[in-house]
Amino acid sequence: MSETLLRFVVVPVAQIAVVIAALLLIVVYLVLLERKINAFMQVRLGPRRVGWHGLLQTVADVIKLFTKEDITPRHVDRLVFLLAPVVIILPALAAFAVIPFSGGSFRVGSVGVRAWISDVNVGLLYLLAITSLGVFGVVMAGWSSNSKYPMLGGLRSAAQMVSYEVPLGLSVVSILMLAGTASLVGIVQAQESAGRWFLFWTPYPQILGLFLYFVSGVAETNRLPFDLPEAENELVAGFHTEYSGMKFAFFFLAEYINMVLVGCLVAVLFFGGWLPVTFGIPGLREPLSNFFPFWGGAGAMLTGFFWFGLKVFLVLFLYLWMRATYPRYRYDQLMRLGWKVFIPLGLGHVMVTALAILVRRG
Amino acid sequence: MEAQFLMFLALAAVALAASVMVITRRNLVHSALYLIVTFFAVAAIYVLLHAEFLGVVQLLVYAGGIMVLFLFVILLVERPGTGPAGKPMRWHAAASGVLTLLVAAILGAHFLRSGMAPPGGTAVLGASGGNLETVSLALFRNYLLPFEVVSVLLLVALVGAIVLARPRA
Repeated sequence: MSETLLRFVVVPVAQIAVVIAALLLIVVYLVLLERKINAFMQVRLGPRRVGWHGLLQTVADVIKLFTKEDITPRHVDRLVFLLAPVVIILPALAAFAVIPFSGGSFRVGSVGVRAWISDVNVGLLYLLAITSLGVFGVVMAGWSSNSKYPMLGGLRSAAQMVSYEVPLGLSVVSILMLAGTASLVGIVQAQESAGRWFLFWTPYPQILGLFLYFVSGVAETNRLPFDLPEAENELVAGFHTEYSGMKFAFFFLAEYINMVLVGCLVAVLFFGGWLPVTFGIPGLREPLSNFFPFWGGAGAMLTGFFWFGLKVFLVLFLYLWMRATYPRYRYDQLMRLGWKVFIPLGLGHVMVTALAILVRRG
Repeated sequence: MEAQFLMFLALAAVALAASVMVITRRNLVHSALYLIVTFFAVAAIYVLLHAEFLGVVQLLVYAGGIMVLFLFVILLVERPGTGPAGKPMRWHAAASGVLTLLVAAILGAHFLRSGMAPPGGTAVLGASGGNLETVSLALFRNYLLPFEVVSVLLLVALVGAIVLARPRA
């Protein structure tokens, strides 16, 4: 009984708690990182007043959001208005249930603990399905606010997110074909046994796939240069104009959690997940995949966290770099890019990948 | 087994209650949102039956794709708080009542006569590499022709919609 309890209740609940706590902490410092990088690129100092070099700035902001007056305007559709922030944040969190953060395992009593909450054999499809639900939060917020700018923002975002889901899915299809499994753990293991990441897969490296995935991911998360649903100078704040206090914080939080999710997925699908960076030198693989050999499986897990974190950080940095660099797209340009450029490119990419698999089999 | 049955009852109750809300709400957007709840409950029932692939695809296609388009269209044509449905025709209620009873009677008779299907168990699905492979093998090996026919049908519908929507020059 106690082993069943440990395996099916205690360990999963602990894992979920750790993942959510880590995510919240990461988001807090991601916001600070964004402001610091923006400041650096614009030759400013950024926040410096709260804490050493502004390290506690976001903590102060969170406290401010918690204690602010929470206004529900009188003209809104109450039920939908209250549900929208919940609907937007649930899929963002639920998606992390299938992300493999690291390899290795250690034992608690007789129960093995791995660095993922669950390994589902339809993992990739689950991710696509769950993340496609985020759009409902945006549409619900836009509609229930019953005012002009949120409505326009909601409509824009519905069109944008539906459009860019297609190239996103297409770039994932070729990864599915290469790995032969939809389990995310299986995808990393396929890259491990192939000896190279899918990004450098021969004879057809998935560079185009990474490009399609990342750009569509930026569009899905409504980040610059695709942040039309909340374009400040046209729509005030887009779909969340009427929200304040903690309800606004939920939208904010969901956006950053989704960014982290895209980072994790790029790392798993293209950069080999928790596998070490070896630059193709065969001798490096053994020592780099476990920094703490005396801790066995737990050491391998810690090392995996490091490599995985490094890759996710690079993707997130690219996000922030793009934000500080590019101006916003115009709406018709965005739609043209999605339907007339990305979808044909994605279809072509899937076909070329299929051909390359045939060539490789000989 | 007992727990599974209880979970099925709970999910089925959610699905039914949400379906009733879909057809009784006056507000189209509320109806659409309750329909999403129904899809969710049905997807959860699929997962309960070890048909994870079907459950996930149900979410992906119906909730993630079709309902977004539904909402999009509703938002374009209607503002919140307005737009009561047209007055029901006098014979409408009677006709739909008769039809509902007829369908229920046919389905009920069919279920009563056909008996329970033999349990396949999870071994069948687990044996050949899980849901995804089993479904795709069946689809692309045994039922390739129907599958392709359906996709051509969808393509025809797509082209037809574009032709209808184009402004006449």
